Amino acid sequence: MKELKITALTENLPQVLAFVDEQLEAADCPMKVQMQIEIAVEEIFVNIAHYAYEDEDGIAAIRVDVQGQPPSADITFIDSGVPYDPLAKTDPDVTLSAEERQIGGLGIFLVKKSMDDVIYEYSDGQNILTLKKGW
Amino acid sequence: MEIRKVNNAGKMTVSISGRVDTTTAPALETELKESFNECEALVIDFTDVEYISSAGLRVLLSAQKVMGKKGGMTLINVSDDIMEIFEVTGFTDILTIE
Repeated sequence: MKELKITALTENLPQVLAFVDEQLEAADCPMKVQMQIEIAVEEIFVNIAHYAYEDEDGIAAIRVDVQGQPPSADITFIDSGVPYDPLAKTDPDVTLSAEERQIGGLGIFLVKKSMDDVIYEYSDGQNILTLKKGW
Repeated sequence: MEIRKVNNAGKMTVSISGRVDTTTAPALETELKESFNECEALVIDFTDVEYISSAGLRVLLSAQKVMGKKGGMTLINVSDDIMEIFEVTGFTDILTIE
């Protein structure tokens, strides 16, 4: 298991993605799965950067753990910001026309659709969100 | 991410290369907004797009809302992996993809 601790700011996104990519490449993750995981990681990290700590800077920990054969990655995000379950959001209606569609709300929906499992818990003052994806 | 724009008699082709994510999507949005006034129809070339996240999808949806009332917006050369993202999000029904 590898861990990155980083200030939860949008401008740190490239570092977060580079860290996750490094672990996935070491585990021979196919490009397509890697892109799906990157999209999910971006959504979750940007969410934390926007909402977890309000006006002050806080830390997000990102853990990547690849296990098994065929391999499966667990990517866990931990922050000690305000309790926030992104999975509680209602899914957008993806059948609406462009005129009727709302801008936004797509990110978490994409995460739910593209990952094998997404688990959220609030424990000991921490938001803990885990993405699971195998290949 | 890099953007190239070619305007041919009111039909603007915007070629994007690289990654359209949270950090680069605002630059794409600015470029597209400028293009709205300079063209009737918009073509977005996805040949060299490696990655698009929901931040990029939001920009495409906003652009579609504007260009849908004008001469339209067409996406060309979309890779299979990116097409799958458009399918999951219902964007294949909203956008014109050739």
